Amino acid sequence: MSYKVKLEIFEGPLDLLLFLVKQSHLEITKIPIAQITDQYLRYLELMQALDLEIAGEFLVMAATLMQIKSRMLLPPEALTPEEQEEPDPTQELIQRLLEYQRFKQAAELLSTMEKNRLVQLSRPVPPDGAPVTEAEELMEASLFDLLNAFSQFMKGQVSRELFHEVIKDEFTVEEKVALLRELTRQQGRLGFTELFGGAHNTSEIIATFLALLELIRLKEVVIRQTQLFGEILILGNTDEVKATA
Amino acid sequence: MTDPEAKRILEALLLISDKPLLLDQAKEAFDSDFQGMDLRRLLMELSQEYAAANRGIRILEVAEGFQLVTDPNLFRYVTRLTHRVKTVRLSRPALETLAIIAYRQPVTRVEIEQVRGVDASGVLDTLLKFNLIQVMGRKEAVGRPLLYGTTREFLDHFGLKNLENLPSLEELKGIAGAAAAAPVQEQEPINESAGSNSQSTAPAD
Repeated sequence: MSYKVKLEIFEGPLDLLLFLVKQSHLEITKIPIAQITDQYLRYLELMQALDLEIAGEFLVMAATLMQIKSRMLLPPEALTPEEQEEPDPTQELIQRLLEYQRFKQAAELLSTMEKNRLVQLSRPVPPDGAPVTEAEELMEASLFDLLNAFSQFMKGQVSRELFHEVIKDEFTVEEKVALLRELTRQQGRLGFTELFGGAHNTSEIIATFLALLELIRLKEVVIRQTQLFGEILILGNTDEVKATA
Repeated sequence: MTDPEAKRILEALLLISDKPLLLDQAKEAFDSDFQGMDLRRLLMELSQEYAAANRGIRILEVAEGFQLVTDPNLFRYVTRLTHRVKTVRLSRPALETLAIIAYRQPVTRVEIEQVRGVDASGVLDTLLKFNLIQVMGRKEAVGRPLLYGTTREFLDHFGLKNLENLPSLEELKGIAGAAAAAPVQEQEPINESAGSNSQSTAPAD
């Protein structure tokens, strides 16, 4: 597939690591580096398989993780004196993750304060803008939630696929973009798995997924979930859910 | 001039202000012979009187000033009448970047990127456009990079009285987990110190 989706890099390697830590239900300070490294690389592979443009930062982090992992396999005597002098790269990484997480918490607090402030109106009210009618609290889903859902979904598909080796590239991303655009406009929201309901083969599923990423990039749809790691919903980007930056 | 008279004037000034009324602005409106009045104390008293009377409008201390706002509990009624409600909610990357700037200011782009691990230029442009951050100067370092800091608009957007009003990063650990469940009460227009102030401060005439 020659269609390359350039996602705006709004999430980086640290987001992915924190996402994996959260999934493992472990404290940052206790992360099993070897296991996390493997998972991290699997996500990179998935992003590469989908032909997503991966920011250089992801590859730098992959190299760092693999370096840490290989260093842990060595007995301390095997390190050169210089290497022994260096700060422990595992501890450095943990400190970075802890620091970033603290700012993520600060951002969460700001978000709550923003919400509380928005319901106190003053005059004159600014022109434009639509009424806020948020009946239901939805969380913003990240790119990694999306990739996670996608790889889960694909796992269930593989067995079905084995007997259909003839795959023609009959589904284009452009067509799927148009279809998804139409569906979100008609229905307002779509469940993630619903998207692939009528898909005939893997190539169609991938085209649909890439179309979804494209619409996210164009800010025509937003992804939300009802709870952490919950079902992902695709919503038309109305003013109600509009986010900036 | 008596306190009630001054409060009447302040109330009128609040009504016509489209942004939080700053003490300096309020002072300008007063005749020169009454420059010595403790306007801050009077505004806080007025704010308490509004809250105590349980009116539909409140006086919110925000962004280093005071502003008339609707009671948050009346939001759904207000929005039925006017559809012109500010709905700008910042995205997660924007909020994270803003948090780093708020706590680390003045801070350079590279320093922000070190924390988040991704390019920050796009987000910085948006925050500048929304006037939530500003350039504070240049750092005396190689390349003399720009330094960013938050604006008064930032305080207003999040309902903060001032920067000291932000909880410290250490405090955050406990708060953040509960933040989603229990909304912070920062924007309650009641000030705890106003009561004692009003007794200890001599009337300025």
